[in-house]
Amino acid sequence: MSGRLRWRKFVSGFMLTMTGVCAFVAVSVLFFILGYLVYHGGASINWSFFTKLPVPVGEVGGGMANAIVGSAKLLLLASLIGVPIGFFGAIYLAEFSGSATAFVVRYAADLLNGVPSIVIGIFAYSLVVLPFKHFSTFAGGVALGVMMIPITLRSTEEFLLAVPRPLREGAMALGASKWKTIATVIVPAAYRGILTAVLLAFARVAGETAPLLFTAFGNEYWSTSWNQPTASLPAMIFKYAISPYEDWHRQAWAAGLVLLGLILVVNIVARGILARGIAVPRS
Amino acid sequence: MRMTVSKVNFFYGSKQTLFDINLGIATNKVTALIGPSGCGKSTLLRTFNRMYETVRNARLDGEILLDGQNILSQDVTALRRRVGMVFQRPNPFPKSIFDNVAYGLKINGSKLPLAEAVEKSLRHAALWDEVKDHLHKSAYELSGGQQQRLCIARALAVEPEVLLLDEPCSALDPISTAKIEELLVQLKDLCTIVIVTHNMQQAARVSDFTAFLLTGQLIEFSPTPHLFTTPSDPRTEAYITGRFG
Repeated sequence: MSGRLRWRKFVSGFMLTMTGVCAFVAVSVLFFILGYLVYHGGASINWSFFTKLPVPVGEVGGGMANAIVGSAKLLLLASLIGVPIGFFGAIYLAEFSGSATAFVVRYAADLLNGVPSIVIGIFAYSLVVLPFKHFSTFAGGVALGVMMIPITLRSTEEFLLAVPRPLREGAMALGASKWKTIATVIVPAAYRGILTAVLLAFARVAGETAPLLFTAFGNEYWSTSWNQPTASLPAMIFKYAISPYEDWHRQAWAAGLVLLGLILVVNIVARGILARGIAVPRS
Repeated sequence: MRMTVSKVNFFYGSKQTLFDINLGIATNKVTALIGPSGCGKSTLLRTFNRMYETVRNARLDGEILLDGQNILSQDVTALRRRVGMVFQRPNPFPKSIFDNVAYGLKINGSKLPLAEAVEKSLRHAALWDEVKDHLHKSAYELSGGQQQRLCIARALAVEPEVLLLDEPCSALDPISTAKIEELLVQLKDLCTIVIVTHNMQQAARVSDFTAFLLTGQLIEFSPTPHLFTTPSDPRTEAYITGRFG
C-alpha cells in the first residue's frame, strides 16, 4: 500500500470516527439531562405533586398543581397569539408580498427572534401589566406569544417556499384560485414542516422564565382568572432552585422533569398527527 | 378552430420571447409545438391557459380566442377549467389517487357523483385497471409513468375543451412514453390537444399539425406529414434533419 493511499485511509477513518463521536455527543447530552432530572427529581414526583398546592417551608409534601395548570394556560394563550400571527404572516410573506416587503419583515422577525427574552418581558410589562396595574396570566401569555411569532413565521415561510412550484401550477392549472391553491395544496404539502416549527416554538417558550417574572409573576395559590397572576413551572423552578431548602431543591428537579415531560407529550401527540397524511417526496 | 392565436408578442420584463405569432388550433386534433430549447414553445403553450401570469413581469400583447372569445378578458380560473394542462414532470398532489383526480371537481363545486367521474377519468387516462384496487393509496406510490397518467386523468376530470401538454414524456422511460402517446391519439375524441415536445419523432407520431418555432418566431405551421416530408422553409428542414437543435 502506497503512503498516499495509507494517508487517505487514515483521513477517511479519522473523519468517520469524528462524525460518529459528534453524533453520539449530540444525542447523549439529551439523555444526560434526562437522566439527571430523573435521578434528582424522580423521587419527588408523586400524586400530590400534580394535585396539591405548594406548602410553606418546613411543611413536608405539597405539590405544584397550580404551576402545572398555570404553565398550560400560559402556553395555550401564547400559542393562540403566536401561531396564527406567525402562520398567516408567513402565508402573506411567502405567497403575496413583494420581495422588498418580505425582506423587511424577515429581517425584523430575525431581529425579534434575537431580542433577549427578558426584554420581551419588559415589553409585555409595559403593554399589559402597567395599563391594568397588576400582573396577570394574560400578560405572561402575551410575552410568550410574542416570542413564538418570529420562530413560527420564519420557519413556516421556509416550508411554504419549499413546496415545489409544479404543485402550485398543477392546482392553478385546474382552475384553483390563489387562496384555494394555498388552502388545498400548498399548506397540506407543507404542514409537517409547519407543525414541527410550531412545536419548536412551543418547546422554546415552554421553558422561558425571564419574561414571566414580571408578567405572570407567580402565585402561591390557584390563579382564579386570566386576569390574575399565575404560577408557572419555570418560575417555580427558579424560585425553588435558588432557595436554601433541600426539600424545595428536590421539588425543583421534579418540576423540571414534569416540564420536560409536558413538552415531550405534546411532541409525541403532534408527531402522531404528523405521521398521518401524505408527505411530498424529496426529488 | 378551437383556438386562434393572432399577433401574439410576449415579453419577460423587457426581453421579448415571442414575436408576432399567428396560429390556429384545430378542434379535436393534436397540434404539436416543436423547436430547440429556448425557442419559446413552452412560453407559447403557457399563454393558452394564461399560466404565464404566475410569473412576475410577464406580459402579452395580441389576441387569443377560445371558441371565438378572447381569453385575455375572461375570468382566469374559469378559463383554466376549460383549458387543462399537464406538465413536464408528473406533479400529483400529496393526496390519494382518488383525491388527486377528484381535486378539480371538488374545488369547482361540481355536483357530479365523484366516484363515477373519477373512474371515468382514470379509464380515459388508461390507468383505471392499474389503480382501481388502491384508489386511496398515496399518489406517490405510483411509478413515474403512472403518475403522469394520473395527472392526465386529473386534468380530464373537469372535462376541458383543450388539453395542453408541456413535454409530458421528458421525464419518462420509453415504455411509459409509448403508453402516453397511444393515449393522446385516443383522447382526441374528447378534447383538443396541444403538445410541446422536444422529440421530433414524437411530434411525427402523435400530431395532426405541427408548428416549428425558432427564437420566438413561428417558422412553419402545417399538417404534420407535410412539415416532416416537404418542409417549405430551409430552417425547418435543417432542424428536422438534425442539423441543429
